[in-house]
Amino acid sequence: MYDFEYHRPANVEDALKLIGERGEAKLLAGGMSLLPSLKMRLARYSDLVDLGGIAELNGIRRDGNALVIGAMTPHAVVAASPEVNSTIPALASLANGIGDPLVRNRGTIGGSIANSDPAADYPAGVVGLGATIITNQREIEADEFFLGLFDTALAPREIITAVRFPIPRKAVYLKLRQQASRFAVVGVFVARMGNGARVAVTGAGPSVFRVKDAEAALARKFDASVVKGLQIKQDNLSSDIHASAEYRAHCTSVMIGRAVTAVS
Amino acid sequence: MPVVSMTVNGNSVSGEVEGRTLLVQFLREHLRLTGTHVGCDTSQCGCCTVHIDGKGMKSCSVLALACNGSSITTIEGVAVDGKLHPMQQAFHEHHGLQCGFCTPGMIMSALDMVRRKGNDLDEHTVREQLEGNLCRCTGYHNIVKAIQAGAAAMKGDATPATQHD
Repeated sequence: MYDFEYHRPANVEDALKLIGERGEAKLLAGGMSLLPSLKMRLARYSDLVDLGGIAELNGIRRDGNALVIGAMTPHAVVAASPEVNSTIPALASLANGIGDPLVRNRGTIGGSIANSDPAADYPAGVVGLGATIITNQREIEADEFFLGLFDTALAPREIITAVRFPIPRKAVYLKLRQQASRFAVVGVFVARMGNGARVAVTGAGPSVFRVKDAEAALARKFDASVVKGLQIKQDNLSSDIHASAEYRAHCTSVMIGRAVTAVS
Repeated sequence: MPVVSMTVNGNSVSGEVEGRTLLVQFLREHLRLTGTHVGCDTSQCGCCTVHIDGKGMKSCSVLALACNGSSITTIEGVAVDGKLHPMQQAFHEHHGLQCGFCTPGMIMSALDMVRRKGNDLDEHTVREQLEGNLCRCTGYHNIVKAIQAGAAAMKGDATPATQHD
């Protein structure tokens, strides 16, 4: 790992000041992806601005018919939260399947979505529930947030402060996990909302995506029969040592069916 | 160079570190607490597991400076007055190790498991919760038995999972 200067601001304003002043500064959340990538020298920064000392970024609260999760809330806290388990158990279960227990004690929701790893779990929950990403300067709809492989709509000096999840009627997250890393080979999040259904897929392509054909069919009739044999286009799916695009397309289709059955 | 201060196994310590110094390097190379191991250095194996403010984490993926002001417990801080902790004793009795390299991480992870899941652990739970720790000898069978027995032995024990958490 190349050396850098480390900073630990106590509030968002100071963090913004630091990343504004410093040349190649990077925000550090839980560090479960960033530190391993720095150790492999895949990236180099002049400064790391650790958000771990900012209390206001941590915590879970109910806000009307939504759940607001602070950006620095660790996965283990989301997984064990009575508030999350009683309102969106699918989200608690998603958080409980990330990495391993030791990673879940440190990794955070804000770090995960800012990183936008193609095989990360949280993007499926964020897009599947139609969440809103709250930053220091604006609110970004989930559909506008994930732009591609490790790419998001975040501006260079923008900090995620929280994510607001609408509470669905029912939702489920199913993951075909890569056996060694626990990342998603394919992850499917299906949510039955008051006004229709949302289907989001992670792991299968370079970034999370919605399956609008399935959503439209489910809006007419929420039943597994309407997504049976659903064809998923392979053009934009990933092929790697874990699975071919063809296999990922097949799994996506099968898993959407199972997810719909689970929330029916 | 910046100075980091923290409590390690109940003792206040501080030292000069670089921004990039990892917690595991600070523990091993500065404090000479070499019970915490570096197995893979890619946050897969869990040999470097310690408790940071009471929670199990992989010290190869945490910066030393990020622990400024924190309370750390390593495997060296688990036994009290030369007497093995019930979890260590269980690993001894059930022969929960072969080469022993992964053992410190296994024990620190097991204690975190008890904190999260309680004292009555069935085999499935232990195996599932142990997925952040690898044993290259593949001696999981006795490790699982040891953790179940250690967790049960900690029942009713007034002392917390580890004395310094």
